[in-house]
Amino acid sequence: MSSDSVPGFAGPLSRRRFVQGLAAGGALASSALWPRSLWALESADEPQVLAGTDFSLTIGETPVNFTGRIRPAITVNGSLPAPVLRWRQGTTVELRVTNAIPHSSVRGHETSIHWHGILLPATMDGVPGVSFDGIGRGETWRYRFDVKQSGTYWYHSHSVFQEQAGLYGALIIDPAEPEPFHCDRDYVVMLSDWTDLDPDTLFARLKKMSDHDNFYKRTVGDFARDVGRDGWAATIADRRMWGEMRMTPTDLSDLNAHTYTYLMNGRTSSGNWTGLCHPGEKVRLRFINGSAMTYFDVRIPGLKMTVVAADGQNVHPVSVDEFRIAVAETYDVIVEPTGQDAFTIFAQDMGRTGHVAGTLATRAGLRAPVPPVDPPAILSMSDMGHGAADHGAHASPTHPASEHGNPLVDMQVMAPIPRLDDPGVGLRDNGRRVLTYSDLRNTFDDPDGREPERSIELHLTGHMERFAWSFDGIKFSGAEPLRLAYGERMRIVLVNDTMMSHPIHLHGMWSDLEAADGRFHLRKHTIDMPPGTRRSYRVRADALGQWAYHCHLLYHMEAGMMRVVRVEE
Amino acid sequence: MNAQLYRLAVLALACAGYARLATAQDHSQHREPQAPAGHEHEAHEHATPAPEEHEPETHPPDTQPPAMDHAAMGHTMPPAAGEPREPIPVLTEVDRAAAFPAVAGHAAHDSGVFGFAQLSRFEGWNDEGTGLLWDGQGWIGGDLDKLWLRTEGERVDDTTQAADVELLYGRAVARWWDVVAGVRHDFDPGPSRTWVAIGIVGLAPQKVEVETTVYLGESGRAAAQLEVEYEMLLTNRLILQPLFELNVSSKDDLERGFGSGVTTAEASLRLRYEITRQFAPYLGLVYERAYGETADFRRTEGEDVDDTRVVGGLRLWF
Repeated sequence: MSSDSVPGFAGPLSRRRFVQGLAAGGALASSALWPRSLWALESADEPQVLAGTDFSLTIGETPVNFTGRIRPAITVNGSLPAPVLRWRQGTTVELRVTNAIPHSSVRGHETSIHWHGILLPATMDGVPGVSFDGIGRGETWRYRFDVKQSGTYWYHSHSVFQEQAGLYGALIIDPAEPEPFHCDRDYVVMLSDWTDLDPDTLFARLKKMSDHDNFYKRTVGDFARDVGRDGWAATIADRRMWGEMRMTPTDLSDLNAHTYTYLMNGRTSSGNWTGLCHPGEKVRLRFINGSAMTYFDVRIPGLKMTVVAADGQNVHPVSVDEFRIAVAETYDVIVEPTGQDAFTIFAQDMGRTGHVAGTLATRAGLRAPVPPVDPPAILSMSDMGHGAADHGAHASPTHPASEHGNPLVDMQVMAPIPRLDDPGVGLRDNGRRVLTYSDLRNTFDDPDGREPERSIELHLTGHMERFAWSFDGIKFSGAEPLRLAYGERMRIVLVNDTMMSHPIHLHGMWSDLEAADGRFHLRKHTIDMPPGTRRSYRVRADALGQWAYHCHLLYHMEAGMMRVVRVEE
Repeated sequence: MNAQLYRLAVLALACAGYARLATAQDHSQHREPQAPAGHEHEAHEHATPAPEEHEPETHPPDTQPPAMDHAAMGHTMPPAAGEPREPIPVLTEVDRAAAFPAVAGHAAHDSGVFGFAQLSRFEGWNDEGTGLLWDGQGWIGGDLDKLWLRTEGERVDDTTQAADVELLYGRAVARWWDVVAGVRHDFDPGPSRTWVAIGIVGLAPQKVEVETTVYLGESGRAAAQLEVEYEMLLTNRLILQPLFELNVSSKDDLERGFGSGVTTAEASLRLRYEITRQFAPYLGLVYERAYGETADFRRTEGEDVDDTRVVGGLRLWF
């Protein structure tokens, strides 16, 4: 059990140096084989960047050391994260992906790469069993497609747990036209979660004891404190409600820093990824959450961040102190470091159990103070979609019949609302200006413009104790595909009937998030669904074929929170 | 024709603001057969409009798309709900060929078989003899169906006082409850007995763990056991666990030293420290008492009717 990243970690200096020494390299065997960079940035911590239209990517197994123990990772060209790929809008790219995972590896019989958020033909989407048959050991698969869009995206394996084991990388597409903002420096900040455990073992552990990592449950002492603060009646009522639900309000994430070591561009906090910049320069940071299970709250103490793009799509600039980035989302921000030599890029997990920190600095080796992790937040009944029901303000939603009496559905919301203007649990009233979905407005109007002709409502369902996850109480293996008619404009309404947040990702097509009043609001590829919310988005079914549709928390997807969407003529 | 298309393309681009996926061009002019993505092509190199056309401020969100004669451009239009600003690409055979590959189907990992084994109590005491008790359970199965193995037993001074094994099929039937059914075999004390077992396992409100089983044995014998436990978190690692157990029998069983009615009840408190979730040593205080005829049997045998003991043990799972 790694305790390296628990709150307030400040191990003995010798230990930190040890970890740093080992972790600084990340992938041990990476750098020598491949050209370091085609991307002219003068940073000591440049990632591998491959640019152009023609790429050879080799997926293999590489030993890494992030915790003091050497473990095998699944890597691309020996690198974790995988190399940054830089494409140009309007070109046709060809990528030959070879499965060179050795026979000794338990994960190697099949691999795949999915281009997250990219519009392409269904056969190029890289989901085994949906878009192709995967890439067998020793085989090479040729991806070839037109690059229609621009912005910050990412790519990852879609084969079982390879993404957890390291197969993820940034994807940058330069626009054909100049961007509406300027920057002097351009860095990818890829956040991810690493575990020394074999991901299959971790999945099995979740099935056996899903609350393994929840060391934040309320204790007898908390009860006494709450009685003192809220009185006996309120405290007992509160405990009774949670007890009725057999849930704990500190259950913010299934896995946290008790399992994970958080990485920034493939480095631990001790490894201190550093982006170099001169005072007064505009620095573009392309944040990508390539985690398997971790939501991060990101800030740079001392700097305002101007968000200019979300999920690769330009937005009207909005200045914030902090943002929450769901798994698989991307945010482009511009900062102007000035007045000090170093600033800390600080990303703490939503459960407040750990963090990863890197640095923006005028030269390598500098470090600014790293703030402590915030105190853990707890969910309220209104977070769970239960609060408003007490006031009779909202009618109870209709739940699908398949949820009723279903042993794999452990809760249903009573009054779900969109809450697009809510920073989220743990970020409210923290004294900082925190980004919300409401703040984000695309620089373009609804590119389709039609009103949806029909709506499909899906409920996100699950059972914490059994660690079973599904849509409408039906796991992937028992579900029929969702069918869309080619060319139609339709609406998907999601209702979160669980106490977890779920980032929901539709392949092949955009998810055009609607404002609370139903108008086009924000074009995304991944829609965050906090507990107790009901959110809707428009889909323009302009991509013929079959596509994956799923929760982007890897273990939720593998536990059944997935569907196939078929766009048919 | 081209001039008109150009104008339309500019309009479409303008109305889409910064949308870079402009496709309002005659697709037939740009089809590249070698590219499987042939249905949408970037118009920019041919029809890049003046930059000012791209100012989003000139297009407030409510702006309706200008009327465009899409039919003249040969696009298929969806009925009724109006026309999309970005036309829906006309499908080609290349598109169709790339849409539904002959694949084996996505390998779902949502129905896997997992296994769990726990020694919830493995404890000893030294009090009028050295005793050892085990209480373990394990399952193999999926989210709904499981095969359970449970065993419980006690040895004092190297003599087995009680030992039983249960093999049960379990099915999740409600949000918090599994029904189990199978067989139980008692090895000691006295002659061995085999029972048919039917029970429920689950979480009562307030996260009270409940396990209750009815046993039907030979010659119309029936018995039942109820076990209730709860976890009080002194801290997140120091956990006080009260446990209550009640045993009932329909008939007396002289050979095994039980009377009818309530035979024994046990109340205990165990304080464990979870060094890891998997490994937790504990100290406990156990009070056990026999009732009715069972108590009488004990008196006849010269044993105490009740027993209080301090135990030390381990809780493990893997």
